[in-house]
Amino acid sequence: MTESTSSSAECSEPSCREAVDELFTFLDGQLTDDRRTAIQGHLDDCSHCLEQFDFHAELKQVVSEKCRTELPDGLKDRVFAALRALDD
Amino acid sequence: MADQATFVEDTEPFMRSLYSTALRLTNNAADAEDLVQETYLRAYRSYASFQEGTNLRAWLFRILTNAHINRYRAKKRRPEESEFDDLEDFYLYRKLQDRSGLGRSAEDELMDMFSEAEVVAAVEALPEAYRSAVLLADVEGFAYKEIAEILDVPIGTVMSRLHRGRKALQRELYEFAVSRGLADPDPVATA
Repeated sequence: MTESTSSSAECSEPSCREAVDELFTFLDGQLTDDRRTAIQGHLDDCSHCLEQFDFHAELKQVVSEKCRTELPDGLKDRVFAALRALDD
Repeated sequence: MADQATFVEDTEPFMRSLYSTALRLTNNAADAEDLVQETYLRAYRSYASFQEGTNLRAWLFRILTNAHINRYRAKKRRPEESEFDDLEDFYLYRKLQDRSGLGRSAEDELMDMFSEAEVVAAVEALPEAYRSAVLLADVEGFAYKEIAEILDVPIGTVMSRLHRGRKALQRELYEFAVSRGLADPDPVATA
């Protein structure tokens, strides 16, 4: 198994370990601009980390798309009718 | 102060995502409808106290999650904060990588690797506190600070629940991948 730290010697700062530690905060859009740029710079140089980041970005997308659902027929009408009934 | 007269048009765009979250929290369509109904009634009654210009979507989700917690408090299982600590990070990724190595094509195939039913089952298997954090971050795209306000917990707790929830989710999805022959069985888990 390839450890994510294995390519750190070839990669610029931040290290692979630092980049992977911030994988989810990066994908969640929660890093500061400076930190985000630093991680992006690492990913430009490190295909191993890029693969891991891409995988998890895709997994987030899979969870997001497959957990969304349409509104049941008539729910909107029932909810807003109940609100109107409060005012009557 | 928000005006009750504009409540319907202000809140209507968020009903679908509120319902999606309600469905994943309750695992049941009828309960989800009731929860959305209750959320809208509560929100409508207190709309005058909503500060216009602040985050309406987060405010509605906070009402939804509070209503859900109140309804199901009796059967709610509080996860230990140490739960899933011994699970490896990036479990699914590492297991799929062990099997075949992952190229860009494999990433593209993730969407087809798991059915909607499998992803939903994996999410619904998460302890509730972790499930709501994962849903709010990954499905609804809320920032950690917003999730902290919605769930009324510190940001550190949000990050810890997301971390544990995601680990557990990858473990659940890995089991589906094994059952499809897409990943090798874990010798420890199957022993």
